[in-house]
Amino acid sequence: MQFGKIIAAGLISALAFAGAATAQDTIKIGVSYPTPTHAWAAGMNWHAEQAEARLEALYPDVDLILINSPDPAAQASALEDLVSIHGIDALVVLPFESEPLTDPVLNVKDSGALITVVDRGLSQPGIEDIYVAGNNPELGRISAQYMMTRLETGDNIVILRGIPTIIDNERFDAFMAEIEGSGINVLDHKHANWNRDDGFEVMQDFLSRFPDIDAVWAQDDDIAIGVVAALEQADRAGDGMFVVGGAGMKETIRGIMDGNELVPVDVLYPPSMIATAMDVTVAAFKSNGPVAGRYILGATLITQENAESFYFPDSPF
Amino acid sequence: MPELAQTDATIRKPKIDLKMYGPAIALVILCIIGFSLNTAFLSEGNITNLLTRSAFIGIIAVGATFVITAGGIDLSVGSMAAAIAGIMIILMNALVDILGTGVLTVAVGAGCAVLLGALAGLANGLLTTKGKIEAFIVTLGTMGIFRSLVTYFADGGTLSLNFDIRGTYRPVYYDSLIGVPIPVWVFIIVAISGWFLMNRTTFGRYCTAIGSNEHVAQYSAINVNKIKTWTYVIQGLCVALATVIYVPRLGSASSSTGVLWELEAIAAVIIGGTVLKGGYGRIGGTILGALILTTIGNILNFTDLISNYLNGTMQGLIIIIAVWLQRADWGKSKD
Repeated sequence: MQFGKIIAAGLISALAFAGAATAQDTIKIGVSYPTPTHAWAAGMNWHAEQAEARLEALYPDVDLILINSPDPAAQASALEDLVSIHGIDALVVLPFESEPLTDPVLNVKDSGALITVVDRGLSQPGIEDIYVAGNNPELGRISAQYMMTRLETGDNIVILRGIPTIIDNERFDAFMAEIEGSGINVLDHKHANWNRDDGFEVMQDFLSRFPDIDAVWAQDDDIAIGVVAALEQADRAGDGMFVVGGAGMKETIRGIMDGNELVPVDVLYPPSMIATAMDVTVAAFKSNGPVAGRYILGATLITQENAESFYFPDSPF
Repeated sequence: MPELAQTDATIRKPKIDLKMYGPAIALVILCIIGFSLNTAFLSEGNITNLLTRSAFIGIIAVGATFVITAGGIDLSVGSMAAAIAGIMIILMNALVDILGTGVLTVAVGAGCAVLLGALAGLANGLLTTKGKIEAFIVTLGTMGIFRSLVTYFADGGTLSLNFDIRGTYRPVYYDSLIGVPIPVWVFIIVAISGWFLMNRTTFGRYCTAIGSNEHVAQYSAINVNKIKTWTYVIQGLCVALATVIYVPRLGSASSSTGVLWELEAIAAVIIGGTVLKGGYGRIGGTILGALILTTIGNILNFTDLISNYLNGTMQGLIIIIAVWLQRADWGKSKD
């Protein structure tokens, strides 16, 4: 342990003189994240591959190794392999789950590698040198602020939530805190599990149950697609009704660019954050400025004016 | 054999009757609860939504009734639906350039779905019978295969149907015939055909016989392997039909399509009175089981009395109570 600490300390001071280290040989950076099984993660995979190609073209001495894993145990093994086989100098990791991956990441750190954690924090503070994440409470707040610009006291909204998790709670609690006192009534909120089918069915039931709904906070672009289908089926898509999703799905952004009135805005929770993390990690070796720290990305409100800069037609998301 | 079954039924008539009406009573109670929570529960719109929504699980569950009655199990149906939906969307998108955006493209897509369903069912059936692998393992394997196929085809994301065909295909889910939505018509036709096949043909009796005792059925000169394989093919066809009416709803398929449909279908079958270990199957009960499952979800969306986090608890409780209503030995207290 003592020995490991000395090596780690040595490497960290070596990082301070990053320029000297690069002269010797290639900088190997492992990038580990869950196997994409849903659209958002597929988008992340796509952005990671784009960033890999871009950064390796820019810096011939940087080697990025992308590995995705189907479950937490496989990700832990992948991290071991990155150290033992590739001898990585830095790790960019989006942990499958916080608890089971904290120790494996700690082991990578003990090998002397720089650690960048993306999106999901580890359960022990101080392991990561760099932290890059979206902002869930901000997503809720920005959505609420947009709702308040469009609605008045006495207007009714319904909320479709995601899968019951901390992410969902953070978004929901921030939204509720923001609209408190605005006079907007939240008729009810149900979990639609971030998927289209559940979004459709929950919204159908809300429509049967509440004759007067003025707007819907769907929190997520997939849910929003189901909500829109239910609104159209019930012929209640008109009269200034609008739906606010979230994430930044390319179809949704395309719609915003085209001036869709039913889904006029989106709130960003970008899968491209993995690319940001890779950029910052490479900068740790290349930049002459300090990079260690926490990077919390903004939950930008995407409107017709700025939609184009968030539109990636080739991404699967 | 049929004669024996009949006398048996007449002797134990009161008991069987209670079993028969168990699921129906449960459904009526659920409807009363729903109506008392909100009168909009019995509005025409909600009833239509309920029936249409039940159609997917209901149609799949009719197929599952045959598989389970013959002593098998099929865990792959949800993944199979997702894979078929994915391939169907890819095919129809590709056909737009050749066949245009008319009915023909949709018909070819639907035909292909039915063929794929039959083939997938045949694969499950042959691996179980000729391959002599337990159905649980075969379909657990194909469940993983079908699920990862759709993830692969969609590149981890979502496959979306070309917007021009959507206009042609959309009515299959959203339109009505004599006031009844088309998916419900399909559900009704599948249910009646299933009931007829199960109760009025030798095939249905063979399924029951095999499920009761496979060896005895074998000695009674029933081609056990053939019948069992057919049950999986029927299951595959039902999945394909459900998919054909599912795709026009949202026009997309992803790895989250059809997740846990297998468990819902099996739950519908068992709530309906079919025995999980085989030998006794009831199509009518299965239909009620599917309606009960959808109604539970619908009612939970109609109230905020119960914490969202407890939805699973309510569903679990109602499923157990519905089965307990018909399994508990009510007859004994009368003796």
